[in-house]
Amino acid sequence: MVKVIKPGFFSTIQDFGRMGCQHYGVPYSGVMDSYSASIANAILGNNKNAAVIEMTMTGATLQFNCDTIICISGADMSPQLNSNKIKPHKSIPVKTGDVLSFGKLNYGFRSYLAVSGGFNTEVIMDSRSMYRDITSKLVLSKNYELPISNFILNNIKHASIKVNTSHFTSKQIEVFKGPEFDLLSVEQQEKLFSTAFTISKENNRMAYQFNETLVNDLPSIITSSVLPGTIQLTPSGKLIILMKDCQTTGGYPRVLQLKETSINILSQKFTGQNITFKLVKN
Amino acid sequence: MTFNLVYRPYGERSILIEWPSVIDEDTLFNVLSFKDKILKENIELIIEINHAYNSLLIVYKNYLIDFNNQVSLLKKIYKQKEKLIGSVFKQWRIPVCYDAVFGIDLEAMSQSKSFSKEDIIKRHSQATYTVYFIGFLPGFLYLGGLDEALHFPRKETPRLKIKKGAVAIGGNQTGVYPNESPGGWNIIGNTPISFFDVTSNNPCFAKSGDRIKFHPISLEKYRDIETLVNAGVYQMESEVLDG
Repeated sequence: MVKVIKPGFFSTIQDFGRMGCQHYGVPYSGVMDSYSASIANAILGNNKNAAVIEMTMTGATLQFNCDTIICISGADMSPQLNSNKIKPHKSIPVKTGDVLSFGKLNYGFRSYLAVSGGFNTEVIMDSRSMYRDITSKLVLSKNYELPISNFILNNIKHASIKVNTSHFTSKQIEVFKGPEFDLLSVEQQEKLFSTAFTISKENNRMAYQFNETLVNDLPSIITSSVLPGTIQLTPSGKLIILMKDCQTTGGYPRVLQLKETSINILSQKFTGQNITFKLVKN
Repeated sequence: MTFNLVYRPYGERSILIEWPSVIDEDTLFNVLSFKDKILKENIELIIEINHAYNSLLIVYKNYLIDFNNQVSLLKKIYKQKEKLIGSVFKQWRIPVCYDAVFGIDLEAMSQSKSFSKEDIIKRHSQATYTVYFIGFLPGFLYLGGLDEALHFPRKETPRLKIKKGAVAIGGNQTGVYPNESPGGWNIIGNTPISFFDVTSNNPCFAKSGDRIKFHPISLEKYRDIETLVNAGVYQMESEVLDG
C-alpha cells in the first residue's frame, strides 16, 4: 500500500485508458505521455498497461507501507527517496516506511511513477484511469491509500533504457490532415504551418489551447466523432487540441490530427512554450 | 438504400466514414445498419466503432498499413444485405418534473417566446424523440425531434454546475444531463431517472434508434420516483416499437 502524504498539483492513476466505451460517451483517458509511462513499466518488467501515477507540474509525496521496486520517468521533478536524490529510468528498491518526494521541475511537465506490478486501484470499464463519473476518485488526495502488491526484494533486474532527450526538447509537432482540413483556405493552411504557437493557460488532460488564433469563417460541422490529438478550429479562430480526457464527439471542424507520438511530446509542454506544426502523410 | 459514402483516414489507426451532411432518420438507420454489419463480421482488429449523426468512426488495434485495402473490405461489407432486422428498438417513457424548482429557465423562455410555460411543457412532452447517438458526456443522448417552436439559443455564458438529470434545450436540440456538469443549455425540468450507470453491464438503458417520450410529473411524484431510483428498484417504462 502507498499512502499519499501530499498529492502534488494534479496527480491521477492512469493506464492505457478505456477502449470500446466511446459509444456510451465515455472518453479514452489514459496516460498523456504513453512513451514515458511505457518506459517506466518496461524497466520494471510490468505489463504495458500497468497503472502508474501521472503527476502534473509538481510531484506528490508518498509513503510506502510495503516493500517494492519503483521507476520514475517523464518530466524531471527532482525525485528523492528519504531525502536522497534518485535517478529516473532506473529500478529503485523501496522499503516499508520509505518516503518518495519530488522537488524542482527541471524539464517536461508530466512525470510517471511505476511500481512493480502496477497500482491495483479499482477497474471500471476495463481501466483504472481516473475520470469524473467513471471512477470514484478523480484525482489523488491527501491520505488516500493506493493498493500495490508486496514485492520481495531479491533478484532485482538492472534494466535501463536510453531515453531520447528530443522527447522533451522538440518543438515540432507532427500532424496529419484532419477530416475537414481541405475546407481551410490556402492562407489558413500557410498560417497553420508557419506560426509558432504559444501554449495558453488553458492546458489540461482534456485539451491544450494556444494564445494565437487563426482568421476563420468556417462554420461548425454536424457533430461527429473526435479523437485525442484532434485539432478543432472554433468559429472565433481558436485552435483546440484535444487530449486524452476529451469528449467523444464535437461540432467544430477537425482541421489536423496529431501523430500519436506528438501527443506524447505535447503532453510534456506547458504554458508559454512554443510549438510548430509539421504536416506528414498518413 | 445506399448512400454515397466518403472514407477518410483519421490519425494512424482510424477510418472515418461520412454520409452526406444531413441529419435525418434515413441516414441514422443506414449508419446503424452499416455499423451492425461490421460488428457481425467480428473483425478482431477493430477495437471501437462509434457513430454520430452522419458518420462512423472505426478504430483499429494497430496502425493502418494498407488503408485502401481496409476500405475495399468495408465497401464490400456495406453492400451486403441489410441485417438490421432482428434489432429491437424501444420507446422509453421518461418522467420529467417541469416545476419551477427545476425548470429554472422556463420563465425566461416563456417571456422571450410569448408562450405560456404550460405551452412549452406541452410541446416538449408531446413530441417523440429519436436517439441518434451518445456523446459529449458519458450517457448524454443526442435526440432528434424537438418542436421547432421550442428552438432556443444556448446561454451566452454557460453555467458552471448543472444538476444531474436536468432536461434542457440548446439551439435546436433537447437533452438530459446524465451527471452534474457545466453547460450552456436552458434548463426546463429534471428527471429522477439515471441516464448513466457505470456499475451496470449496460450503462445506458437507451440505444441509438430508440425513442424517448418525456412525461410530466409533479414534484411529489418526482420525490417518489427518486426514492425508488436510489433504492435501485424503479422499473423503467418502455414498449417495443414495431418495424
